Amino acid sequence: MTSIDLRRMLRWGWMAGAAPVFTAAVGMLEAFDDRPLIYPVLSLGYLMLLWFLPIAGYQASNTPVLEGMEAPPKGLHNAAAGAFAGLMGGAVLSVFTVLVNAFDMRDVFVSFSARMVELLTWGRGVPGGLAVTAGVPAVLGLAGGLMHLMSPSGRRRSILAVEWVVVAALLGQVISQVLRQIRLEAAADLMFTRRALEWWAAVVLAAVVWVLAERTKGGMGRMRERLFAADVGRRTRNSIWLAVLVLVFLIILPQLLGSLLSEVLANVGLFLLMGLGLNIVVGLAGMLDLGYVAFFAVGAYTVGVLTSPISPRFTLEWSWWAALPVAIVMTALAGLLVGTPVIRMRGDYLAIVTLGFGEIVRILFLSDWLSHTFGGAQGVQNIPGIPLGFTTVSGVGPEGVLYFALFFVIISAWISWSLQESRIGRAWTALREDETVAEAMGINIVAAKLNAFIVGAVLAGFAGALFAAKVGSVFPSSFELLVSIIILVVVIVGGMGNIPGVAVGAVVLIGVLGGPNVPGLLQEFAQFKLLIYGALLIFMMLRRPEGLVPSKRRSRELHSHELTQDAWLQKGGAFTGGQDGPGGGRQAES
Amino acid sequence: MAMLEIRGLRKSFGGVQALAGVDLHVDEGEIVSVIGPNGAGKTSFFNVVTGLFLPDRGDILFEGKSIAGLEASEITKAGIARTFQNVRLFPDMTVLENVMVAQHCRTRSGIFRAILRTPFMRREEAEIEERAREILSFFGSRLVGYRFDQPAMSLSYANRRRLEIARAMATRPKLLLLDEPVAGMNPRETAELTGLIRKLRDEQGFTVVVIEHDMGVVRDVSDRVAVLDHGVKIAEGAYEEVSTNAEVIEAYLGRPAGAGR
Repeated sequence: MTSIDLRRMLRWGWMAGAAPVFTAAVGMLEAFDDRPLIYPVLSLGYLMLLWFLPIAGYQASNTPVLEGMEAPPKGLHNAAAGAFAGLMGGAVLSVFTVLVNAFDMRDVFVSFSARMVELLTWGRGVPGGLAVTAGVPAVLGLAGGLMHLMSPSGRRRSILAVEWVVVAALLGQVISQVLRQIRLEAAADLMFTRRALEWWAAVVLAAVVWVLAERTKGGMGRMRERLFAADVGRRTRNSIWLAVLVLVFLIILPQLLGSLLSEVLANVGLFLLMGLGLNIVVGLAGMLDLGYVAFFAVGAYTVGVLTSPISPRFTLEWSWWAALPVAIVMTALAGLLVGTPVIRMRGDYLAIVTLGFGEIVRILFLSDWLSHTFGGAQGVQNIPGIPLGFTTVSGVGPEGVLYFALFFVIISAWISWSLQESRIGRAWTALREDETVAEAMGINIVAAKLNAFIVGAVLAGFAGALFAAKVGSVFPSSFELLVSIIILVVVIVGGMGNIPGVAVGAVVLIGVLGGPNVPGLLQEFAQFKLLIYGALLIFMMLRRPEGLVPSKRRSRELHSHELTQDAWLQKGGAFTGGQDGPGGGRQAES
Repeated sequence: MAMLEIRGLRKSFGGVQALAGVDLHVDEGEIVSVIGPNGAGKTSFFNVVTGLFLPDRGDILFEGKSIAGLEASEITKAGIARTFQNVRLFPDMTVLENVMVAQHCRTRSGIFRAILRTPFMRREEAEIEERAREILSFFGSRLVGYRFDQPAMSLSYANRRRLEIARAMATRPKLLLLDEPVAGMNPRETAELTGLIRKLRDEQGFTVVVIEHDMGVVRDVSDRVAVLDHGVKIAEGAYEEVSTNAEVIEAYLGRPAGAGR
């Protein structure tokens, strides 16, 4: 008997069926069929339907190497196991197709339509097309299984090639936009049809990546080494050059991207600002704040009320520049006000109370009681842009907003970094790790917590002030609970406690998927955005609770229990996921 | 005048009297041991003195000023530092950071100085780090070099106990409270730490109060021994006196069979 684990194979086979059934059932297949990815072979709908199958095939046929034992030999049994898992997935999908075809359940499941059956059977109808419905997943599962037979470098090359093609196809619009901006319209027209990559372009791209993959391996590491290997003087000079290069790149970026993409990036900047602020409260000081949007709202409303010519109570018509310091003071006060009563609470209690405060702030802005100041549901409108002398920065020209967002992001990142690397930041870390001991070691808990709350609030205030000028109006509905949660998700998925992590989180979630009320690059996903957020969050919690770009310390905290146990015992077992999830991490943390 | 003077200290948890009126004084430059059977109220005594628990009644005078009812951080700032019975380090901070963070109450740079990286702040940071290295070198080669940047949780048990003492030293206390510093250590490590406790007083100038179960250590380090049982001080004096005291023996071993009362 081979080393294939039967239970493992069945488990992944079952998942290989569940994933596409779920995708089809929520309507992604139908909704995304209109969006071709690789013209004319693959649409986004089919990608969403089938992407999981090669992974399931690979996992089903994986034979884990136990520490201190010889690696089990690879062979055709791996391929067979992959194909079996794929076929099992295909069978589940076929049963699903037959059921949808036989019973009309459209009253409950709106997407269970004839069109879906047609897509699931690749246009061949129910009895005839079922072979394809089951066959395609089997082939993909087989492909996954065959990956075990490749050399490591071959595997790396093929995975990279597929990744690059998919990313290029998904970002077709961005790439052709950039090509057009640098006057390569011809290339753009040749490579892309209706935002989709031409099939030959996909093949060429895959081939290029295949060839170059090995050469660039470790390139970043080498580059970093070269940059920082030299003596101290050289190193500072190199760092300065690097900073200048990045700055120049950021300055020409909006020109390259055009206004639509600048708009997307400006939104990324706003959420990144809030993410950096929340990162101080949650990531550094370890206080779970679920009402963070309140500070964003205070910043935005302060600027709105002070600058708008039709602001309900005063018509001060201040300039944005004059309103900004007031907004900072107001958000700092709000941080103090919210922080003071909750400072003695810990963990879950703090989260619930801040959640309440966030809603209270929104409802106050909405209330009749304060409507003669804040305009109730109408909000404050006609907020002017940011006057710069020669021009005015507002939502009409998102490039300008992007520059401002970048400016504030740099300031906020500096604030975060410099506090983290200081006496204050160390006190926050100590507080997060053991509040009682931190206090016994002479750290004034109240002051440290209030500091975190206030600095976090002020960073959200920057975002609010910019938001008011960008959108030109503020309504209570822009500051719902969902915003707080999305910012928290950005921080968690990116990497709590780590500035680059938060940046990656903001780019991936807000930039690619889009935030609440703001579109991302993949506008197609708009209606499934929250579903994908949820799925991503669950996946991250199970498999990578430290985030995409983790801080060293956080990942130590979350994996410390693995250091003290024989981790391989778990990895060898049938249930890989469960035990090393965040549950254990929490225990280790407390 | 006594450095620490405790009068009629009481603390109860629900129906349990952890401290039922304890009096104790510690003079400057002394090493005083607090001993007693499990549950005698020794650790509660430390917790009340360091402000983690509020006393129900009684007063604690430190250098003539009452510190009863102050926040734990204020008591640390006044000059009392402690270690914990069940080693409580900041496990994911590095060895150096653990000692740096304990200097919090002796340093001043706030948010604005940190953001602006003023010369004052940078000088202070350099001093904090320098001092942390200096304190860690007190333990010989055990906590220096590559160990500076290791997370505290990667240390061996004995080193964690040493680091905890280093962290307490970093708050620049006058009075050090050590809660079972040699618990769980092997005889060699115990002997080394015994010497270290004496050095803490002789070289570093700290006044030390030790809770300890290891009678060898108690005999070797103490100028004076106080015995607690059921929240009451039942004996006090030199080790030889206390160790032959009938009441103390009874507290530890129980009454001889048939002695009756």
